[in-house]
Amino acid sequence: MKTFLPIALGVAVLAAVPIFVHSNVVLNFLVVTLMIALAGQGWNILGGYGGQYSFGHAAFFGTGAYTTAILQANYGVNAWLGFAAGIAAGAAMGGIIGGLAFRAGLRSSYFALVTLAFAEVLRILASVAPITGAGVGILVKLDLRAQSFQFQSRASFYFVILALVAASLIIARLIERSRFGVWLVAVRENEDAAMALGVNATAVKLGAMIVSAAITAAAGCFYVQYFLFIDAGIGYGTWMSIEALLTPIIGGVGTVFGALVGALVVKSLGEGAKLITGDVPGLDLMIYGAVLVLVIRFAPRGIVGALADIYARFGRRFAASRKTAVEAVRG
Amino acid sequence: MAEPLLVVDGVSRRFGGLLAVNAASLSAPAARITALIGPNGAGKTTLFAVISGFLKPSAGLVRFAGEDITGEPPYRLARGGIARTFQIVQPFAGLTVRDNILVGAHLRHRAREAALAVVEEVGREVGLGDVLDRPAHTLTVSGRKRLELARALATEPKLLLLDEVLAGLNPSEIRDIVPVVRAFCARGIAVLMIEHVMQAVMSLAEHVFVLAEGRIIATGSPQEVAADAAVIEAYLGHGAATKVRNAHG
Repeated sequence: MKTFLPIALGVAVLAAVPIFVHSNVVLNFLVVTLMIALAGQGWNILGGYGGQYSFGHAAFFGTGAYTTAILQANYGVNAWLGFAAGIAAGAAMGGIIGGLAFRAGLRSSYFALVTLAFAEVLRILASVAPITGAGVGILVKLDLRAQSFQFQSRASFYFVILALVAASLIIARLIERSRFGVWLVAVRENEDAAMALGVNATAVKLGAMIVSAAITAAAGCFYVQYFLFIDAGIGYGTWMSIEALLTPIIGGVGTVFGALVGALVVKSLGEGAKLITGDVPGLDLMIYGAVLVLVIRFAPRGIVGALADIYARFGRRFAASRKTAVEAVRG
Repeated sequence: MAEPLLVVDGVSRRFGGLLAVNAASLSAPAARITALIGPNGAGKTTLFAVISGFLKPSAGLVRFAGEDITGEPPYRLARGGIARTFQIVQPFAGLTVRDNILVGAHLRHRAREAALAVVEEVGREVGLGDVLDRPAHTLTVSGRKRLELARALATEPKLLLLDEVLAGLNPSEIRDIVPVVRAFCARGIAVLMIEHVMQAVMSLAEHVFVLAEGRIIATGSPQEVAADAAVIEAYLGHGAATKVRNAHG
């Protein structure tokens, strides 16, 4: 049980927030932040643990969002079923893109470029195809009932997205402790050495891509339920690819809490910068950018990584001083 | 008589205009240490890459435990029981020593606890028992060589391909590692080693193959090979064999 204790604690703290905070603005901010954290956690499975940096996770966010939106708006499918279908479609898209890219042996920047290209192609297709509502997008009918996955209160949405984030944290932790996860990290560290030890690198990367895509697709499905609207620019836009990779990189790649911490910090920073700069257009983005540069310069392993380093150093010093104290007493 | 565990039959490997390995044949029996020696650039590492599946041969066959394994990918060969180390050590630098060895141990043990138990055992066997929790990048050269051995060993191989595990070590470190290698073969593992440290080859190997310019030019016991005229010429240049003989004259 010790394995999941930090996750339980973190989620419990976040779950307590609506008890103290009733402002819809703050809750809305947290819902969006957690949605980004979920998308980022998807990226983190493939990019953080597997070292395969995708620049096109919007492909999965958008596929999830469009699948559930189309099923609901055009075919009257139940929203919960649509949600599940969206996740499955995202996973399938991950399997297709991953299958093509990894089979072709694309690594590092080539992989990044190909994923970016796939997302862009999907964005252009979605902005012209009739089934995706072309340039207009898709509106989902307002129906504020739990069975249609819509809620009156922001707090209910907050608990739903928090549950999804919690599930993604647990998935990351389970992967960390599994043979699959050990092999995935080995592929990240050195693909040739991993293969010499019996790791089928292509299969492992593909598996990670499918899980990763499914999680990010879940964020897309949630977006549709929350805003009841999707269009090509939102679903497949580059902004989502960047949000999905930025949050775990700032928070700490290849760590369970990286994406969550990253999303909370990055989003608070964005809002904070807006508050400080007020009406001057663009200044908040400059502050935001400057802070990102500083974080990457001084904490290349992200916030969680930096904290772990500080803890390790502090812990060692503590152990050392205790040892000298013991020796002094004995001396 | 049964076929040796590993049989390399007429393997060639061409890189464009360069014939790096030219119809080389060799064999390695179980529970024995076999050495592959030769001057720099002879094609030893290329031949290893072919045997371990990292390169496909241009011609020839590789048989392992009676089966044709030519051109199989490395991960499948590892599952079949062929493990290798790399001449340029390839640790998973960001991971601890324990997690490095764990990658290999997971090949035969899906459950984490079982795999971790193998890590402890293997770590102790190669002399890394005290540093399991250290990051791999903090190890010394000799520590990294041991780590290569440990990872390969954790896959529980039948055949271990060692590419210059002793290179870069000082004499006392070599003295420490030699018994470790000998212990593998005592457990029934076939060891095929590329080695430049002749002192180690002489004391460890029972059978030696000499590769020069892509061809096997001599084979036999270490003593036979060391006295072979073709081998001396390959290492020291044309006409060297006569000079050596005269000098000892």
